[in-house]
Amino acid sequence: MSKIQKHNTLRLSGLEPLVFTPELNFVNVGERTNVTGSKKFARLILNGQYDEALEVALDQVRGGAQILDVCMDEGMLDGVAAMEKFLNLIASEPEISRIPIMIDSSRWEIILAGLKCVQGKGIVNSISLKNGEKEFFHQAKTIKKFGAAVVVMAFDENGQADTYKRRIEICKRSYDLLVNQVGFNPQDIIFDPNIFPVATGMDEHRKNALDFFHATQWIKQNLPGAKVSGGVSNVSFSFRGNNTVREAMHAAFLYHAIRHGMDMGIVNPTMLEIYDDIPKDLLQKVEDVFFDRHENATEELLEFAETVKQTGKKEAVSELWREDPVEKRIEHALVKGIIDHIIEDTEEARLQFKNPLKVIEGPLMDGMNVVGDLFGEGKMFLPQVVKSARVMKKAVAYLEPFMPKIGDADYNAEQSSIKKILLATVKGDVHDIGKNIVGVVLACNSYQIIDLGVMVDAQTIIDEAIKNKVDIIGLSGLITPSLDEMVYVASEMERQELKIPLLIGGATTSRIHTAVKIDPVYSGTVIHVTDASKSVPIAGESISEETRDDYHKKIKETYLQLRVEHEAKQQVKQLVSYQDAKANPVYIDWENYQPAKPAILGLTDMQELDLEVLRKYIDWTPFFSTWMLSGKYPKILEDSVVGTEAQRLFKEANAMLDKIISEKWLQAKAVVGLFPVKRVGDDVRVLDLEENETAFSFHFLRQQGKKGKGVPNRSLVDYLHPEAIDYMGGFAVTAGWGIEDKLKQFQETFDDYQDIMLKALADRLAEAGAEYLHSLVRRELWGYSSDENLQNEDLIKEVYRGIRPAPGYPACPEHSEKKTLFELLQVEKQTGITLTDSFAMYPTSSVSGFYFAHPESKYFGLGKIGEDQVIDYALRKGVSQAQAERWLSPNLAYNPSLVVQEN
Amino acid sequence: MNRSEQLLKASKKRVLILDGAMGTMIQRYKLTEEDFRTPALKDHPKALKGNNDLLSLSKPEIIKAIHAAYLDAGADIIETNTFSGTSIAQEDYALPHLAYAINFESAKIAREIAEVYTEKNPDKPRFVAGAIGPTNRTASISPDVNDPGYRAITFDQLSEAYQEQVKGLLDGGADVLLVETIFDTLNAKAALFAIQEVFEERGIPLNPEEGGVPVMISGTITDASGRTLSGQTTEAFLISVSHVPLFSVGLNCALGAKELRPYLKVLSDNAPFLVSAYPNAGLPNEFGQYDQGAEEMAAQVEEFLKEGFVNILGGCCGTTPEHISAIANAAAKYKPRTVELENIGDE
Repeated sequence: MSKIQKHNTLRLSGLEPLVFTPELNFVNVGERTNVTGSKKFARLILNGQYDEALEVALDQVRGGAQILDVCMDEGMLDGVAAMEKFLNLIASEPEISRIPIMIDSSRWEIILAGLKCVQGKGIVNSISLKNGEKEFFHQAKTIKKFGAAVVVMAFDENGQADTYKRRIEICKRSYDLLVNQVGFNPQDIIFDPNIFPVATGMDEHRKNALDFFHATQWIKQNLPGAKVSGGVSNVSFSFRGNNTVREAMHAAFLYHAIRHGMDMGIVNPTMLEIYDDIPKDLLQKVEDVFFDRHENATEELLEFAETVKQTGKKEAVSELWREDPVEKRIEHALVKGIIDHIIEDTEEARLQFKNPLKVIEGPLMDGMNVVGDLFGEGKMFLPQVVKSARVMKKAVAYLEPFMPKIGDADYNAEQSSIKKILLATVKGDVHDIGKNIVGVVLACNSYQIIDLGVMVDAQTIIDEAIKNKVDIIGLSGLITPSLDEMVYVASEMERQELKIPLLIGGATTSRIHTAVKIDPVYSGTVIHVTDASKSVPIAGESISEETRDDYHKKIKETYLQLRVEHEAKQQVKQLVSYQDAKANPVYIDWENYQPAKPAILGLTDMQELDLEVLRKYIDWTPFFSTWMLSGKYPKILEDSVVGTEAQRLFKEANAMLDKIISEKWLQAKAVVGLFPVKRVGDDVRVLDLEENETAFSFHFLRQQGKKGKGVPNRSLVDYLHPEAIDYMGGFAVTAGWGIEDKLKQFQETFDDYQDIMLKALADRLAEAGAEYLHSLVRRELWGYSSDENLQNEDLIKEVYRGIRPAPGYPACPEHSEKKTLFELLQVEKQTGITLTDSFAMYPTSSVSGFYFAHPESKYFGLGKIGEDQVIDYALRKGVSQAQAERWLSPNLAYNPSLVVQEN
Repeated sequence: MNRSEQLLKASKKRVLILDGAMGTMIQRYKLTEEDFRTPALKDHPKALKGNNDLLSLSKPEIIKAIHAAYLDAGADIIETNTFSGTSIAQEDYALPHLAYAINFESAKIAREIAEVYTEKNPDKPRFVAGAIGPTNRTASISPDVNDPGYRAITFDQLSEAYQEQVKGLLDGGADVLLVETIFDTLNAKAALFAIQEVFEERGIPLNPEEGGVPVMISGTITDASGRTLSGQTTEAFLISVSHVPLFSVGLNCALGAKELRPYLKVLSDNAPFLVSAYPNAGLPNEFGQYDQGAEEMAAQVEEFLKEGFVNILGGCCGTTPEHISAIANAAAKYKPRTVELENIGDE
């Protein structure tokens, strides 16, 4: 099924599409090809210098314009002929006609002439209700027949809208006429609610910016589908000649207008400061004016503007950065897009770093990361980023000749064994800096790079890969839709039976996306590469004859695991039948496995565990999180934010521990039992030491979520031999004896701190007890890992063999099994721990669980289960279905039918 | 139920089959110059052989027989013999004045034979698509490399010629209009503009769902660059013609089924309309002939069907009733592409 978003985005086209997806943020309209806005362009057109005029258009496109505004409204000009001629010439320049055209005129005949020259879907700028509904209606209907979008000015029979109320009234009226009478696609309507100058000194202009922001917001919220555009430079009209203030005003206006919903506009990228770089005092004054924050806002901005102008502050500032260290200068040049000094700075860095690659991976990449962050936060705009990229490219191009070449002494590869890597930015994406850097990095590591450039479709990639016999294909992409395209390329590679390793990189790519979406569609190796420096070892391992098979296997396993985890997180609602789930257990090679018989079968009780020993087994990380300090121990002690607090807490906890031990505040007891068992379906029958059946059975549950290929529906019973006698165990440990007396003491003195501290420590000691017991079981009582010698860190990381899942926890979430466990182990008698009616343990600082010894045994979450399993479970346990449903309610994938309460 | 409704209904149930090449079939008749001349054109100063559209006037029985062969092969929709039926294209033969007659007669012939087959089997109604070709001039490209701003044809000239063609096709009984083999989207936009003008004049709704005459669009990706001759990508092409509530959008000619696949996927992924494909019988061999067999082509087309890319399938250059029959057999096994219109975004 094709899911098509029919009318919910504005879609324009030149030779290529421009779809207004949310990621687009703001679309920049190039405005230098406008005779009313550019004296130079007007002169060229009037002189008939169309070739030079085309250069202006090309500069706009290369400078980041996403739509090209063309206007020929000039008294001395035959507007119709000029529009036709210029648009026809543009059509012959694919680099220009790639982007949609905005046909800009106040004269209808020029608009019509323009519409007849563009094959793509452009924009008409503009129509309005200025001359009444009849003309408006006729023009809109005609534009619709040509299939163009339209800019509607907030203008009616009474003139231009200059208040908030008039703006929204006119826009609403225009919108209703267009949508209801003409049948215009709402997505094709773009309002220009008039950007007027502020700080003119006239009171009626004080709300010009604010009214625009509010009108924009109103339009976006009340006229579904409609877009908002505007010419930004108008706002700073009062400050002509003072570029410092104007650039700051443009950036600040754009920043706020976009936040209020402005989609596109005419902005001169060379007249735009970066929002974050506007001096704070100037920004404050500009925003005071925009938001009309106080009476003297205009006055103050005017005064400030004078000082900026007189002192030539901007000039001074722009020279100052040259004094910074070279890394800072490079960053500055990248962020500001200043190309003037980049060669000398790059050369200086090259001499300093003694390695051209280090310059790229160091200061240049660092600088681009700053650019990326500012862009992500909406504080830089696309045209500025394009300028940054130019600086970057220039620097990289300068460094390239210094990179080791084939034949150089430091180029350690034989001609014949040179591996080829194909790189491409996928179709629909034009970002190539990352890809180019990867190319440079790989090239100086003795790979031959075949770079197909940007916007490369799947078939070209595959054809070129085959033709050139490449060893690796690397795909790059920066924007979100590229992710889907990468999936497509991978699936095409599979369909056309390629086996070449596929590297995935670029800003929006991620390990999880690669694992979940790309890896499953391609049987060859697929690897996500986080950055350029990682590409070298990955490329090496994935193609070297010694390593590639292992690497392929390893990566496939890693991604499979990631998919499993991802799936678990998604709480897959899709279930398979219990029958099918049982048919898909964990695969274990039982033929080559001999169950390990415990050294000591039956119960082992420990009346007094040594707290001094348990102390060594404490996992401190959860202790800190109890105190709302997040971070891993021991790193947390050095944490820049919470480190000091963590250190203090740690010291005091140890002081209390000393007392707990020396003054015997607490007592720890435990019992362990190991038994022969026999599997019966998903149940486990506990046998006595003579291997006869006893009254005890454990009942396990099985995952029923729909799994990917090769992923089992796990149950804990899968870790027990399906036919032969196997062994499992159980334990219960408490560190809570004696705690009540102490707590009472603290409560009497209202010492909450000590109270919480003691409880937290008792919990930790109980957990430490469980850890200690488990290691004792592995090494001695069961003895299957008698030579194990692990440090506490390793224990926390669970590197040992076997697991100890607790009833009530994810793998076996049904708490009532604890009752069976307690009876089997005679827990109450041995340790004094009791169970409440709802199967909670008392004292609370207690832990109990099962032991499984198989090397394949793993923790997992049960997830949702179906009614078929619940019915089966109830039968197995000998309880009513309703009872089972109550116990399992958090895991039910269905709503149990209401049952009349039994009395 | 009128024929528009019948067509819409049928399109929801199954993959519809278009016919195959007209020119390839005409070649089989080994016609001479005389065959192209009606009595009135006995002394026409220009050679007329090759003006296939003219056969609708001079040898209507041949055109009818070809239509019948395709209907026998299982075609649901047959295309009128009007690929070059504009006054602009007929200019080459100095016959611009016959444009209306060619369209009217061609539609009439197709209509008659379609009626015969519909009556034979009312459960499989047959439809006539009025074929609207690209003309032999481009509105976006200059034929003179030294003068890129020059145009051999204007939007207005195209629109006027297309209006005449559309009127002839509708008057002759076409059920559907098919703007095809679009290598310059501006030409197609002129055709769409003309259709809108004629519909408005005659009070025909634009939307087929509202009882309008369905409009089909079919572009041509010229080579492996994935672009039309005028430089547009498939998606840009789709966006440029989406202002009309089309019955279908698709691709035809220039490429074989295998080569067409990636571009067809773009349409399938993005088009809020039905999707059609009628590729050539492979790529031409070194003699410029199409030699892909019916079974081979059907197997390639089956890929589209498997993936649910298409609603309408047929053949272009080099295809014959054998090809169409094989394609129809393949198509019968699959469900047509379905579209779910999503409403996300700012609405």
